[in-house]
Amino acid sequence: MSETITEPVLHQEPEAGGSRRMTLNMGPQHPSTHGVLRVVLELDGEFIEKATPEIGYLHTGIEKQCEALNWQQVITLTDRVDYLANLSNNLCYSLAVEKLLGLEIPPKAQFLRVLLAELTRINSHLVWLGTHALDMGAMTMFFLTFREREDLLRIFEMFSGQRLMTSYIRPGGLALDPPRGWEKPVKAFLADFPNKLDEYESLLNANPIWLRRTKGIGILPVEEMLEVGITGPLIRAAGIPMDARKMTPYSGYEKFDFNVPTATENDVFARYAVRMAEMRESLKIVQQALEGMPEGPTRAEAHRVVLPEREKMKTQMEALIYHFKIVTEGIAVPEGEIYQVVESPRGELGYYVVSDGSSKPLRVHMRTPSFANLQGLPNLVEKRQISDSIAIMGSLDFVLGDCDR
Amino acid sequence: MDFILLSILKTAIAAPVLLGTLAYLVWIERKVLAHVQLRMGPSRVGPHGLLQPIADAIKLLTKEDFIPSYVNHVYYWLAPWLALMFAVTAISVLPVGPIVEIFGVKTNMGQADISIGLLLILGLTGMGVYGIALAGWSSNNKYSLLGGLRSSAQMISYELPMALAIASPLLIVNSLNLREIVNGQAGHVFGIIPNWNAIGGLQIFSFIIYLICAFAETNRIPFDLPEAENELVSGYNTEYSSMKFAAFFMAEYANIITACSVATTLFLGGWHPIIPNELGGQFIPTLICFFFAGVLFYHALNPARPSDRLSMGVIGAIILGLGLLFQVPVVKELAQPLFWFASKAGFLIFVFIWVRGTVPRFRYDQLMRFAWLVLFPAALLNLLLTAFVVAAKSN
Repeated sequence: MSETITEPVLHQEPEAGGSRRMTLNMGPQHPSTHGVLRVVLELDGEFIEKATPEIGYLHTGIEKQCEALNWQQVITLTDRVDYLANLSNNLCYSLAVEKLLGLEIPPKAQFLRVLLAELTRINSHLVWLGTHALDMGAMTMFFLTFREREDLLRIFEMFSGQRLMTSYIRPGGLALDPPRGWEKPVKAFLADFPNKLDEYESLLNANPIWLRRTKGIGILPVEEMLEVGITGPLIRAAGIPMDARKMTPYSGYEKFDFNVPTATENDVFARYAVRMAEMRESLKIVQQALEGMPEGPTRAEAHRVVLPEREKMKTQMEALIYHFKIVTEGIAVPEGEIYQVVESPRGELGYYVVSDGSSKPLRVHMRTPSFANLQGLPNLVEKRQISDSIAIMGSLDFVLGDCDR
Repeated sequence: MDFILLSILKTAIAAPVLLGTLAYLVWIERKVLAHVQLRMGPSRVGPHGLLQPIADAIKLLTKEDFIPSYVNHVYYWLAPWLALMFAVTAISVLPVGPIVEIFGVKTNMGQADISIGLLLILGLTGMGVYGIALAGWSSNNKYSLLGGLRSSAQMISYELPMALAIASPLLIVNSLNLREIVNGQAGHVFGIIPNWNAIGGLQIFSFIIYLICAFAETNRIPFDLPEAENELVSGYNTEYSSMKFAAFFMAEYANIITACSVATTLFLGGWHPIIPNELGGQFIPTLICFFFAGVLFYHALNPARPSDRLSMGVIGAIILGLGLLFQVPVVKELAQPLFWFASKAGFLIFVFIWVRGTVPRFRYDQLMRFAWLVLFPAALLNLLLTAFVVAAKSN
């Protein structure tokens, strides 16, 4: 290859307006863009004049791939959409498919789904808190939050055999019965975690530097937030108690008693406070799910959808036939379309699923919260400093896999 | 002739000690930070990662020295060595002990004993900003440029309150010679409270202001904006690799050592013991060494890992020997002041690392506002009050 490196422009001629701007390419490889987000910044000194986010660096074509897989195989792709909230994605897709099938899910499976979804929320918020604080220079927070996250990943591994790509919630129930003694680590986590939350807050809530870096930063008018479709903790920090768990309850959330924490300041600190409060609320839900855990099966009675138990397969002819049919042909989902919403840790997660009656989905579209939440970025960081843009991007808590699909 | 020989001899001792301290400061920082953050820190190279600095040095020396084609070569080459040179030179005027007599030769413990020692240190640390600013500018990288700009503004701003904070103890001692400043803090009030500048009186404020400025001068969290890796990737040293990068790294740690040593000299009584020698202060170094040796021996007898049995035992024996050394008649004269100086400076360095593990980073404008609207007036007021007190006392 010949030399193609061009000399950079060292002496930019002043523009007609008189200001000399610098274009800074933040990302796709940058420590604080949480993956491969690229933001082209037009800088006037330290101030951002214009920010243009460029997404798509993590586009994997998951939505298209869904159309080539069986209904039950798609679940493995939903894990990879938002890899920090995989169980929320599993849940959302499963609920959509179950609605199309008209399946009734046994209460124990529903309770376990809620429990796992809330642990996923805590897990995701822990990653957010650690990286958000790390971006602002508070390195230790990262290690503290990942210590607790490790407990959660162990719990997920205990349930599903996987730490990250769980694929545990499936259409028709759960992939496996929970292992014996599964309550013990969950209870230990419940007992321990409130103290850990206090520990985080003792490090940050009274820290003048943290407060100065977060208070009054990253405010966007509520109307604009609604316009671009921002949901989740971001909109709740703006004072709107929008939560799919309350508004369109799914998987039995209406049976649980919990609050939707809100704040009115709408700044980076409010988002931090809302997420911290959400973790406490999630703990309450997990506690209630543990206490009220019903007995019974974890999979629906639907021979054509749910794989039979191994024991039955070895003793009953029908079970063996159903197993063979499901595995080789897949499940036939009645014709129709559905939009199912769950509250993922990042906001409203929606799966729009279309079926033509065959064993493969015709279309699976994901309405991912990261994509919508990222739309507010240009206006959020405009006229702010580079340091603020880091704080704001952290507070948006996007996952690029979720954004690009 | 004697002077030249003596100077060469002292340099021959001081330079390796300084470089060794620099290397092991990295190890200490990584270990302390790791334990703050629930980690192990370096543990693979040698017992407890003790050989890690050597491995790091070999790695950095043998790495490809990559120079991007678009840099301004002269300044790109100059910047790291400029930074390192100023940082290391500043240490030469620091006295680590009183004037001692060894083998009939009277000499001060320290490289140079000049009458304007403090001014020289201020000047050299002030020049240190050139290394960073030139690096940022000559790299022709936008992140580096932003880092260089930030550091120029930051270091110049914090130089001012720092100089004012330093000026107050000067008023009291009425000398710029660092040895005389230390000697002004000799003795104990009521025979027990150390007569240090930082204890009692207004100078506690000078000490605090100086320490805050030192954090900014050495580019440490919460003032590490020039190299804020989460914002500017790595700031001014983004385009540097191999030994040139190591030079910046060493310069940063040399600056920390200088800043902590200056704080010790000006405010913490330099080499003077914390407890008067009449009350047994001279046995403290030995007792502390014995304590640590005891802890290490305990771990050698109850090893967490099989290798601890040997490594802990050997290190414990070395520390035990060191403790005994503090009581050997001739060596004592040298070792005791050195111990007090090193332990005070070492404690301050520990504070630097501790803070790094605790607090987030300032924003650029907040940092400048803090310098000009909080530190500068405070330092000025402090200087004024000190001047009044000194004037009132002398009348």
